[in-house]
Amino acid sequence: MKTRDIFQESYTALAANKVRTALTMLGIVIGIGSVIAMVGIGQGAQGSIEANIQSIGSNLITVSSGVQRTTGAAVSGGLGSAQTLTQEDADALKEELTNIKAVSPELSRRYQVTAKGTNTNTQVIGAETGYPTVRNLNIDSGSFLNDEQVKNASKVAVLGPTTRDTLFGEGTDPIGQTIRINGTQFKVIGVTQAKGGSGFTNQDDMIFVPISASQRYLVGLSASGKAYVSSIAVSAENPEVMTEVQNQVTQIMLQRHNMSDIATADFTVQNQSDLVSAASSVTETLTILLASIAGISLLVGGIGIMNMMLTTVTERTREIGLRKAIGATRSDINFQFLTEAIILTFVGGGIGVIFGWAVSLIASNFGITSQIDYTSVLLAFGVSAGIGVIFGYYPARRASRLNPIEALRYE
Amino acid sequence: MIECQNIYKTYVNGDVETKVLKDVSFTIKDGEFVAIMGPSGSGKSTMMHILGALDTPSKGKYILDGQDVSTLTDDELAVIRRQKIGFVFQSFNLLPRATVLRNVALPLVYAGIDNMEREELAKKASLQAGLDESRFYHLSNQLSGGQMQRVAIARALVNNPTLLLADEPTGNLDTKTGDIVLGTFQRLNDQGHTIILITHEPYVARHADRIIQIRDGQILSDEENKDKKIFNSDSDEN
Ligand SMILES: Nc1ncnc2c1ncn2[C@@H]1O[C@H](COP(=O)(O)OP(=O)(O)OP(=O)(O)O)[C@@H](O)[C@H]1O
Ligand SMILES: [Mg+2]
Repeated sequence: MKTRDIFQESYTALAANKVRTALTMLGIVIGIGSVIAMVGIGQGAQGSIEANIQSIGSNLITVSSGVQRTTGAAVSGGLGSAQTLTQEDADALKEELTNIKAVSPELSRRYQVTAKGTNTNTQVIGAETGYPTVRNLNIDSGSFLNDEQVKNASKVAVLGPTTRDTLFGEGTDPIGQTIRINGTQFKVIGVTQAKGGSGFTNQDDMIFVPISASQRYLVGLSASGKAYVSSIAVSAENPEVMTEVQNQVTQIMLQRHNMSDIATADFTVQNQSDLVSAASSVTETLTILLASIAGISLLVGGIGIMNMMLTTVTERTREIGLRKAIGATRSDINFQFLTEAIILTFVGGGIGVIFGWAVSLIASNFGITSQIDYTSVLLAFGVSAGIGVIFGYYPARRASRLNPIEALRYE
Repeated sequence: MIECQNIYKTYVNGDVETKVLKDVSFTIKDGEFVAIMGPSGSGKSTMMHILGALDTPSKGKYILDGQDVSTLTDDELAVIRRQKIGFVFQSFNLLPRATVLRNVALPLVYAGIDNMEREELAKKASLQAGLDESRFYHLSNQLSGGQMQRVAIARALVNNPTLLLADEPTGNLDTKTGDIVLGTFQRLNDQGHTIILITHEPYVARHADRIIQIRDGQILSDEENKDKKIFNSDSDEN
């Protein structure tokens, strides 16, 4: 029997019962469609979380202040509220570290900010000149803080675009204007470029001032006259030296704080890739979860195919008997029924891929990013054809083994 | 050449054993026209199924053209059927919702003949079986009983079998159509096909060269037909 004829016979049989064929196919369409959509959404979530983390900065190692943990009982106090990192720590890191692009000590607090009748409450970040390098920040107009301003604790400020919009109105040029942060006047010297508002903190709604000015006029110094910082961000030259730099940072900081064990130290050192891998393991689990729910519906679709094929074989017993009587071999019958199952799953799978694609496109309209790659499409096709073979095998085999005379007698 | 040697056929359904054929032996030479007669339930169809390589005997040998068919596998039998045998079933067994030509061409699909040639051969066989050309593209379930019978005959002819078996081919037909069908068999026999047909009508049997009578699964008589009725080869066909 020629391949073309096998397809012809299978197609004719499927076309003879269009409603049933369509309904059976629907099971596979939904199964494959949901696998495609779910995996796409899962991978999209993973991608966007990773991109968010990357946008915080590149090759970033962060030292944050924490509370010293003694063995046994931990003294409570929120991370960051404790003041254990000083400007001197930052300066020491700047001096001693190698293989780095920049060190950026940061001191951030929320303050009430006013300008000519408008006011807002926003994050004010005391920063140094290394900040744009470390945080991948670009200037839209004016300029960022320079060394002079940091050294002299100049009362100048750089606005995030969102902050500019709230204080001065959209699209206006605030350079040269003054704002009051917590009552102190600052002169606006620049506006940063928008980075996109998604993520943990909105990086567009911020004000940057020289860290020295923040220490002197906003946060204030400690009783002993020390200048504190909330965190120190270090940007490594390249991803390869990250671990080395992280070790150096830890070493220097432990030495300065007279401590021996990072586990009980009054600061923490975090590597950006730790953050990425933690986040992606969460989203991976999410993807697997979504995909397995979708996989179950695919299985149900496969069982639907088997059910329909078994019904067909029973209904067409006489026809099968006739075909065998006029010279069809077992493999002719086997292939014909298997082909029917595979056509069902393959066409169903194709529609399912389009359907899944459409669902993830719609999802991205609602702000859920999704990624569909060709491997998952190919995989879906392979899986659906495989389902055709697996669930079509038993009915086809049953049909092929019918005795022609008994089959012709079947009522 | 057909040789049946001590053929038995017993059906077993659970505890019930039905002995249908009991020690049947006969020989049919190439080019013979044989009628098998007998009352209902005597085992005629069962015999035909064995002759048509659709079934195998429980005991005994069936030798077709020198090959022992009784021991062949399912697939080997299928090959014999598609190469040598044309079978007209007692109930026509046409594919519903398929055209006349598609029904007639079906055996050729399994013989691996391509589409164009199939159509040619199917048309030829249909005309030979006395089907009108205007009916070629009708669906088989829109035909009359007589027309269905002729489609069944055309399908049996299409692979140009040496052995043509027909189970009650005129059972559903009126005398006139019956005569046309018998004329077709007569002509095919003249062309050299071996023909075996089952009937319980003496009128039909009279067209054969030889008549085998079966009673209760055994051969009662097997003799030449002295007063064979000959049809005019170019008798009317419509
Ligand atoms: N699969 C089977 N199982 C049990 N008994 C069977 C089976 N097939 C046929 N028989 C029995 O074999 C006997 C002969 O059947 P067969 O069909 O050969 O009769 P027949 O001579 O063709 O009769 P008819 O003229 O009515 O067609 C019947 O008694 C029937 O009940
Ligand atoms: Mg019968």
